Amino acid sequence: MIEYKDLVFYVLSFILIASGLSVITSRNPVTAALSLVLAFFNAAGIWLLLHAEFLAIALVLVYVGAVMVLFLFVVMMLDINLDKLREGFWDYLPMAGFIGVLMMIEMVMVFKTKQFNLLPVTEPISNTSNTEMIGNTLYSDYVLPFELASVVLLIAIISAIALTLRDRKDSKKTNPVDQVAVKRGDRVRLVQMKSEEKYIKPKKRERT
Amino acid sequence: MIGLSHYLILAAILFTISVVGIFLNRKNIIILLMSIELMLLAVNINFIAFSHYLNDIAGQIFVFFILTVAAAESAIGLAIIVLIFRNTRSINVDDLNRLNG
Repeated sequence: MIEYKDLVFYVLSFILIASGLSVITSRNPVTAALSLVLAFFNAAGIWLLLHAEFLAIALVLVYVGAVMVLFLFVVMMLDINLDKLREGFWDYLPMAGFIGVLMMIEMVMVFKTKQFNLLPVTEPISNTSNTEMIGNTLYSDYVLPFELASVVLLIAIISAIALTLRDRKDSKKTNPVDQVAVKRGDRVRLVQMKSEEKYIKPKKRERT
Repeated sequence: MIGLSHYLILAAILFTISVVGIFLNRKNIIILLMSIELMLLAVNINFIAFSHYLNDIAGQIFVFFILTVAAAESAIGLAIIVLIFRNTRSINVDDLNRLNG
């Protein structure tokens, strides 16, 4: 008799693997992005089975909600010639399949050893919720990495903006290169002229 | 009963799929980025499985940081892709040979 939790695990992992295959083989990048959304969603379900509730919700919010939408924006914004990108798509399949199957067999062999044959924990880790535990650990033992993570995000914001920034065409800015390269002759003009004659005050116009 | 090795094998299969995806989609930068995201997801599943079965919260903290770095990486990567497309009008990896001497 198969347990309900095991059944859920098998269903989620089957859909996860199927959507992963769809990501790498789909013809259209939009389809690939949507398959990746499905993959992330199923992974979040598997994380829920592992009692990592906070990270599961964070995965759905951050990845499905933000990163994948960014991917979809970029995919739809770019005008991509799909046929050119698919040229020779299957050329490396024998090589890639061989390497992939080899890697998988090796990893499965390692994971079948006794040390990985742990039984699931039956008792709950503690009475506190998952979010509370993560918060307690994050703000005590890992507070410096946490601050550094915020710096990483700040750098990501600034660099993404700086990379894609485009100036307006009518903005009145100076070009520093031109300013540095300027010569005296470009700015100063010597003119020969007669010295000024006596200034004659014009007559006051009479009011009419 | 589902043991630790089930989760590890699932993550291994997912990782292998994304490695094959990098081989197959070697011309399309966007799908290359997606394959990298899939790889990071497989690694995160490993971390969380170990965190659950070894009863240690530190694995989940690490997943938190990996998520942060992966989000930053994909944001910058997509910005670079937009820039490449603006300059060369294509995202084909074969067209990126400007540094070729």
